[in-house]
Amino acid sequence: MSLDLDMAEIHAIFFEESAEGVDVMESGLLNLTPETTDIETINNIFRAAHSMKGGAATFGFLDISGFTHGVETILDQMRSSQRDATEEVIEVLLASVDCIRDMLNAAQQQSEADKANIDSVQRRIDALLNNETAAVKAPVDVKKVTQSSSGALKAWKIHYAPDGNIFKTGNEPKRLLRELASMGEISVISTLSKDADFESMDPESCYTCWDIELRGEVEKDAILEVFEWVSNQSEVRIEALEVMAEHIVVPISESASVSETKVAAPKQLATQSAPKDSGSIRVSIDKIDMLLNLVGELVITQSMLARFGDRDTGGNDTQGLRDGLLVLERHTRELQESAMQIRMLPIGASFSRFKRLVRDMSTKLGKKVELQLSGENTELDKTVLEKMSDPLVHLVRNSLDHGIEMPADRIAAGKPETGILHLSAYHEGGNIVIKVSDDGAGLNQKKILEKAIERGIVAPGEVLSDDQINNLIFQPGFSTADKVSDLSGRGVGMDVVRRNIMDLGGRVDLQSTLGKGSTLKIRLPLTLAILDGQLVRVGDQVYIFSLLSIVETVLVSKGQISKVVGTGNVYRLREDYIPVIRLREAFDMASESLFSESEEKKGELLVVVESDGKKMGLFVDELLEQQQVVIKSLEENYLPVKGLAGATILGDGNVALIIDVPGLVHSMDMRQLEKTPQSSAA
Amino acid sequence: MSNEALQLSPSDMLHADTNQYLTFMLNGEEYGVEILRVQGIQGWDTVTPIPSSPRYVLGVMNLRGAIVPIIDLRKRFDMDSIEFGPTTVIIVVRVESTDKGRTIGMVVDAVSEVYRVDEQTVQAMPDFGGSVRADFIKGLSTVDDKMLILLDIDKLLTIKEVAAVAAA
Repeated sequence: MSLDLDMAEIHAIFFEESAEGVDVMESGLLNLTPETTDIETINNIFRAAHSMKGGAATFGFLDISGFTHGVETILDQMRSSQRDATEEVIEVLLASVDCIRDMLNAAQQQSEADKANIDSVQRRIDALLNNETAAVKAPVDVKKVTQSSSGALKAWKIHYAPDGNIFKTGNEPKRLLRELASMGEISVISTLSKDADFESMDPESCYTCWDIELRGEVEKDAILEVFEWVSNQSEVRIEALEVMAEHIVVPISESASVSETKVAAPKQLATQSAPKDSGSIRVSIDKIDMLLNLVGELVITQSMLARFGDRDTGGNDTQGLRDGLLVLERHTRELQESAMQIRMLPIGASFSRFKRLVRDMSTKLGKKVELQLSGENTELDKTVLEKMSDPLVHLVRNSLDHGIEMPADRIAAGKPETGILHLSAYHEGGNIVIKVSDDGAGLNQKKILEKAIERGIVAPGEVLSDDQINNLIFQPGFSTADKVSDLSGRGVGMDVVRRNIMDLGGRVDLQSTLGKGSTLKIRLPLTLAILDGQLVRVGDQVYIFSLLSIVETVLVSKGQISKVVGTGNVYRLREDYIPVIRLREAFDMASESLFSESEEKKGELLVVVESDGKKMGLFVDELLEQQQVVIKSLEENYLPVKGLAGATILGDGNVALIIDVPGLVHSMDMRQLEKTPQSSAA
Repeated sequence: MSNEALQLSPSDMLHADTNQYLTFMLNGEEYGVEILRVQGIQGWDTVTPIPSSPRYVLGVMNLRGAIVPIIDLRKRFDMDSIEFGPTTVIIVVRVESTDKGRTIGMVVDAVSEVYRVDEQTVQAMPDFGGSVRADFIKGLSTVDDKMLILLDIDKLLTIKEVAAVAAA
């Protein structure tokens, strides 16, 4: 199979669409219960399966189309009410969805799919189709087909005369022939249709018709199905040539035969060059239209401003120029926002995967859990979304495994038998907040503290606030589960989860009440590349804080700072003692700066920042304006620098450094743990 | 050895064993860097100092949207610092280290010439018995009876050294 570039592109689209189709099937199936058989849902699933099958056959992924065929048959029976949506059927269908996904991935990456699993699911499908519980018969049939000797061998004569306009509808007779060829032995005779006249021939029309003889274990229905897409614009006649006597194994032979003819397909695939995942994104037309609109406006603004540069017409109109610049600023901002919008995807797709996870896991654990979702339409940057998916899976698993109790325990605790796991997403300030909450057992702080002391994370006798105790679970190697299950509890994870979130510039807070449940709140910045910054002056340099990390700014006189153990400085902010540092010292800036006299005067400016629920104070010399800054990497040409999250270029072209608040708070934390833990005793 | 340094024909360019070097002045000495590594020359401008960095790293600068570290070559070679004057320029070069390529700027007293140097005439740096830092020097060459010190710029921003300072 030769594969040029265009084909690879089309393949990529097929894979993308199929992945969507698989998701549609899965979420549809998850909505399906034996009690509520919504015909529309089944139709949806069927349509997804059907178009995927068609696509797979078109592109020569015969194993996928063959496999999907059996699934489709079951679904077809369901939608024509010949089959009930029993628990078993749904289970098998869900398993098939997994197989299809596996096969799609394998085909895309040209690796091997889990053949054993696929075969076993295939047998379950076959068994269903045969209305048998044991899956004995299927493999036998499969063999029969490979030898293609005995069995319900039939021969069909098919006359296929497509409408002249067939090409214009995007249908390809060749594909149909190929699909027929996959069913058995065919011989094809193509003839010109009666009304073909060389004088008036239109090169875009089809004047050919085909007479096909098909020999194989094929039923008429299966053949009709091949022509299903084109039947309304073609003339299709199917006649049996020689009819064999018996025909018991109706649908199963179909699916088996199709699935077996694919043997050569993976080899063909292997010769193709592996397509690289270029990371494409689907963007709604609305967003693009909006972007184009804005670009249009920008062009208008530009020409408006250009007028002011022209001395003859408006060179002295400074007011007009100012207005123009204002408009330009607004458009630039809107343009930036709408360009960001393109990268935004709703979180819903990622949420709905959890339906499956919750279903599978609760069955496995013997727990009853109801998954509630809200805010599925909240949009997140694509990169953030992708990087969040693993941490979210981990958190959901944790909630299911450790949070929500067994039904009996819940009843004993006076709670409803079914636990509730709530996933929500919403905007808050410039952040996206994702919450994972359960009404389970909550964190046992006593147990956590004991464990932490046992592991040497906390010194015995140390006084910790509730928040600090809760946050201990984010320490590496920490797990309170008494026994390690295969699902979670190995103590790797929560620290990784936090690390991942912090890498994205976000943070995670945990609230928990014993017996009532726990809530994990993940805050993420709207986007990675742009940050709402507070500019501050330290010495003669400008530094930038993320506006979101700043809690407040206070004016502090010298007497309000107390020394702890000689070196550490703390400031009493209402009830809490928070560590304070001088940025000038932290950054080794010589005190050659001109501003030391201000320290003696009315007091110093202390910016209180927060990360991970911990606060700290940073002395700065002056608060400057707030503005959005584009984050640039320091590492690209230099090295990562402790305490700095990156750099940006200010309006005057100079570079300003962005302060890494989580990093500073974290390093402060480490320093305090190394020293005597007495920050709260001062 | 070619003396007509700046008159180059295409056949010269293809000559196997010669390389063009951009030379610059530093403390009265003439140094050369391979011209293919040079990305640009620009006048001195303000830099933003980076905390916890070696003293020869003056800071970072905005170079067409990229953040580029600027090193003071006099400080790097432990020479006495001078006031930056009108001829002080930053030569922007591409350096390759084991992990990746970086763009850095180096402050020099003045740019000088472009010479073609026959690689076979390049002599190794004489051994000073450790009293002179020779690790940035690729070798010595003679052009127009002048000595040219050829730099090995890949060693200028030694990661190990910088990391040691950052960790301190």
